[in-house]
Amino acid sequence: MLESIAELRATGNLAAINALVPYAQVVGFELQRDDQGLLTVLRFREHNIGNFVVRTIHGGVVGALLEHAAVMLLMVETDVAVVPRIVNVSIDYLRPCRTTDTFARGQIIRQGRTVANVRVTAWQEDPGRLVAAAHAHFLLT
Amino acid sequence: MDPCRWPLHTAPDLSRVVQAFANIPHSRLLGLRLDEIRHGSAAMSVPYDERLIGNPNTRVLHSGVVTALLDTLCGLVVMSAVPDGTPLATLDLRIDYLRPAAPDETICAWAECYKVTNSIAFARGSAFHRTRDDAIAHCTGTFMLGGAGFTTDPSKAPAGPGAAGGIAETGGQPC
Repeated sequence: MLESIAELRATGNLAAINALVPYAQVVGFELQRDDQGLLTVLRFREHNIGNFVVRTIHGGVVGALLEHAAVMLLMVETDVAVVPRIVNVSIDYLRPCRTTDTFARGQIIRQGRTVANVRVTAWQEDPGRLVAAAHAHFLLT
Repeated sequence: MDPCRWPLHTAPDLSRVVQAFANIPHSRLLGLRLDEIRHGSAAMSVPYDERLIGNPNTRVLHSGVVTALLDTLCGLVVMSAVPDGTPLATLDLRIDYLRPAAPDETICAWAECYKVTNSIAFARGSAFHRTRDDAIAHCTGTFMLGGAGFTTDPSKAPAGPGAAGGIAETGGQPC
């Protein structure tokens, strides 16, 4: 496993890195790379609905997207040898999350030997209108 | 702790809260179970499921499962503690992961709504395997009341699917 993360990182195969996490396939997370770096996408799927009356995505999935984006950022952009373990997360829900794809991008604020601090934001059609934001700490050992 | 400070007749009908929970598609995907509910507190659990693994090294469930469990539970305890049909939206959720969950074991959770004001409700809870004093995670959540959001009362919600544009864009995730 330790070798495989380093190997996968070297190949740059984002889909293979994402595929290490079964939960990511079930809810519908995908990884992309663009000119600003790693982008984590939550594809809209009917089973992610939380509010069935006004049809918005479950806050738990939105939180999971932010956490997954942070973990994947650490796995792709740093030289960690293990899957980073979350210590804590604080999620702000800013706008209702509609029935369309949701995008998340993280930023490593500080990376020490043991712990990393990551901030993540999420949006849907308009990157200027955030639907959620989070900051989280991860254990890297 | 009893957050109920309004006339008893406005307390919500818990069977409607239970029904609202049963209809949440994402709760069904994860296999969330509502084990107990009172006015202001509730217990929930999620059985171990290999589809939901987050760490392939340890086979521990993804933290997002715990996040969804605690978010759903905190939303329900607030719903059970505020006047019937009050719409609510999650403002924030803070989770401390105290220790890893064990693979192959059901994760249980308990939460309470410990304060209700005119526009905000506060909830706290924890996730654990067998006993609450050996917690996997602690959480606190803040919820906005009124306006738009999740409600057990269809007459107080925007009309039907596709009417999501009726949600006030003042913040929050209709949970």
